[in-house]
Amino acid sequence: MTERKPGFSTLAVHAGSVPDAATGARATPIYQTTSFVFEDVDQAAALFGLQAFGNIYTRITNPTTAVLEGRIASLEGGTAALAVASGHAAQLGVFHTIMQPGDEFIASTKLYGGSINQFNQSFKSFGWNVKWADPDDIASFEKALSPKTKAIFVESIANPGGIITDMEPLAEIAKKAGIPLIVDNTLATPYLCRPFEHGADIVVHSLTKFMGGHGNSMGGAIVDGGTFDWSASDKFPLVSQPRPEYQGIIIHETFGNFGFAIACRVLGLRDLGAALSPFNAFQILTGIETLPLRMEKHCANALEVASFLDNHPAVEWVCYAGLKSDPGYKLHQKYAPKGAGAVFTFGVKGGYDAGVELVGRAELLSHVANIGDTRSLIIHPASTTHRQLSDEQRVSAGAGPEVVRLSIGIEDAEDIIGDLEQGLAAS
Amino acid sequence: MNHDSYEDAYIRGILMASRTVAIVGASANKVRPSYFVTTYLDSKGFDVIPVNPGKAGQQIAELDTVGSLAEIDRPVDLVDIFRKSDVAVGVVQEALKMDPLPKVIWMQLSVKNYEAARLAEDAGLKVVMNRCPKIEYARLCGEIGWSGVSSGVITSRKPKLLKGIQRFSIVK
Repeated sequence: MTERKPGFSTLAVHAGSVPDAATGARATPIYQTTSFVFEDVDQAAALFGLQAFGNIYTRITNPTTAVLEGRIASLEGGTAALAVASGHAAQLGVFHTIMQPGDEFIASTKLYGGSINQFNQSFKSFGWNVKWADPDDIASFEKALSPKTKAIFVESIANPGGIITDMEPLAEIAKKAGIPLIVDNTLATPYLCRPFEHGADIVVHSLTKFMGGHGNSMGGAIVDGGTFDWSASDKFPLVSQPRPEYQGIIIHETFGNFGFAIACRVLGLRDLGAALSPFNAFQILTGIETLPLRMEKHCANALEVASFLDNHPAVEWVCYAGLKSDPGYKLHQKYAPKGAGAVFTFGVKGGYDAGVELVGRAELLSHVANIGDTRSLIIHPASTTHRQLSDEQRVSAGAGPEVVRLSIGIEDAEDIIGDLEQGLAAS
Repeated sequence: MNHDSYEDAYIRGILMASRTVAIVGASANKVRPSYFVTTYLDSKGFDVIPVNPGKAGQQIAELDTVGSLAEIDRPVDLVDIFRKSDVAVGVVQEALKMDPLPKVIWMQLSVKNYEAARLAEDAGLKVVMNRCPKIEYARLCGEIGWSGVSSGVITSRKPKLLKGIQRFSIVK
């Protein structure tokens, strides 16, 4: 069994988890504890000095969270993962490890509005400067490069429009520049798309979405692809240079192809503190066990709903890469052939007001800011998730005034369609 | 044999069958990976012999240290090479003069030398290249998972606890 390469669904249930060493408990126990006793000062010193494997304090490692980390790393095909309190915390952790004040990174304009805010506002105050590039114009990424550029950041399937990013040419650009390609794989999940197979070096997740899948727990993850050579230049001193607080250990040399994940943990998480609760880790872990089943249903429902909207007279346009007529269909076939995801947008005739009204009439669909829930969700981004952006930023992010975003759940497709039908009929 | 990837059973078999380990290039510097490997294998019950000419007759990690493989007074199962790849042939030649012969030549993570591997295999020894015995042991016993590292091992068997706290042992 161990020499056979297990399939995705087997990994979704088993990877990272074994029966509990002390009790034989088969489900992963919730280790709801802040700290772990030491045998003696020597063992404590070995753990603090990163010389032995083991848990010290739940801010840095926790056995329940570790099962989640091992599972995500395995599903993505990476070497290691670090689970944190939210998707935003994952992004903070990655950039803290990569960036020094005054450095730059290039990000796609087609991102979750919250990420656009994080990069434009808080990151700027750390001296981490974002340069925006348009994923429809690959050359714009190359043009944005400078000697200070430390990374390229994109979403595999972009929120809110469900637009699939052409990652391979971007990976080439990053490789030539000696910088990592970071891919937010939240909307795709590794079931639909595995960015490491397309040249990504780091994957980040909001586990709050499809990974956990039930809309009950916040969480985020950083996954190390294990392929990037952090020591090839002096661009990434946290990973490639001796660390004074660990008596001069060089993290990349010591931990090899999972060194980046370790650096994010023992430098970033240690100091930034956005640890995941073990209880949330357990909830998300339980969610991941059914990820393949849920994603099949999410995607099948999304395609049915998108087709319905595409033929509806009150609908101006539908942006869903799963539709054969969609400009993104080819990229969907290349990067995520099992499904184009379950988050997409459409334009209602009548602009901003019509969008707001449709959301207000929903009876089954919930008006919430989240996505990737078992329940179908509806929102008008221009008045909510993307409200804090400028008009121009909203349009380039795919969140113009007439845009309505759906996150299709796993209910019966005809019930979801029925609710949209009554909402649109009234307009 | 193919040295680009190893089956878990091959690595597990080597680690379970080995008791005495000579670490050629063990450093007394507590932040060097060779020091971590020395202390970790010692903590797992291996009889570890650091080999370092600059520290002959002294101790590294409280273990009696010798200047060369020839100075070791007991049979060695596994010789772990913590030296640059280009000197691996010389280390294997020294290992092949030992009596009895060691059973395994293990080259550390980033150490690769196909000529050294061939020499050892021609003499009937098993070879592992470009791997760390600490990482492999921790991967196969399950400890490495505590650091969020994917072990690649799928099993419904419970890990084996050693005496103490947070200490696992590899099992078949």
